[in-house]
Amino acid sequence: MSIEDKIKKIIAEKLKVGIEDVVPEAHFIKDLGANSLDIVELIMSMEDMFDIEIEDDQAEKLMTVKDVLDFIETRA
Amino acid sequence: MPDQVERTVVVTGGSRGIGKAVCLAFADPHTSIWFNYSSDVSAAVETEKILREKGARAHGVKVDVRSEDQVKAFFKTLVAEYGRLDVLVNNAGITRDNLLVRMKEADWDGVMDINLKGAFLCSKVAARTMIQQHSGRIINITSLVGVTGNAGQSNYVAAKAGLIGLTKALARELAQRNITVNAVAPGFIDTGMTGILDETAREHILSQIPLGRAGSAAEVAGVVEFLASDKAAYMTGQVIHVSGGMYI
Repeated sequence: MSIEDKIKKIIAEKLKVGIEDVVPEAHFIKDLGANSLDIVELIMSMEDMFDIEIEDDQAEKLMTVKDVLDFIETRA
Repeated sequence: MPDQVERTVVVTGGSRGIGKAVCLAFADPHTSIWFNYSSDVSAAVETEKILREKGARAHGVKVDVRSEDQVKAFFKTLVAEYGRLDVLVNNAGITRDNLLVRMKEADWDGVMDINLKGAFLCSKVAARTMIQQHSGRIINITSLVGVTGNAGQSNYVAAKAGLIGLTKALARELAQRNITVNAVAPGFIDTGMTGILDETAREHILSQIPLGRAGSAAEVAGVVEFLASDKAAYMTGQVIHVSGGMYI
């Protein structure tokens, strides 16, 4: 499974949405119905999965699927 | 063939007093109990031994709850061992009593750091695992005096009242992940902490307790055990007094 697919899968799992809804432009709160704790949980899962630490000021900027994909690409 | 570990429990300040009794209440062959201690190695070894005799996997670890690095390392180790964390009991506490005008800044800071900041750091790290597993119980050991106040204990009272605030805020924050957060407020309990009082002070306190006696650490632990059980699944953000009726 590619990194992109892994990320999409975990987003779908954590936000309880269909994988087909996890498109790059989807906004976690507006499109995928996430709340602040959902996003925190998502960030923690990414940290564990890729063994990285995502600082709060970076995490705040990760609002869409594309944001996360781009961010992980630079770090993982 | 060892029994399957079904539950991982962390108790801070678990080598003595109420913490030790809480560890004992959880001790059974299906539970992995991790407690930390700050200084008393022989008490920690003794507690470990008693817990193991009851069949529990017991681990006493020297951890300074005031240090985020040490707390993180402690929880990382225990989560790595069994892959989960079910119960956190924030029990570690000290007293440095004095009248406010005579209280040294170090005595204020010392009590705040262990009793309140320690609970913040442990809860923060524990919540990471509990949020991801969508379950967990955090139980904070506060005190009757955190509700009523007590002359000569402004630092301890402020820290214990702070712990009640932490309990309520976290209960709201973590409820949507099926994590409950409650506090237990012991009154006058026979432990090393209250053993230092002279006979006159002791008699005076006993005269204010409707049940007419000091409580035992085991009687506090029983309530903690209940709050950690499935029977208490619908309780969160509560302060349960275990004080022989001292606070009604």
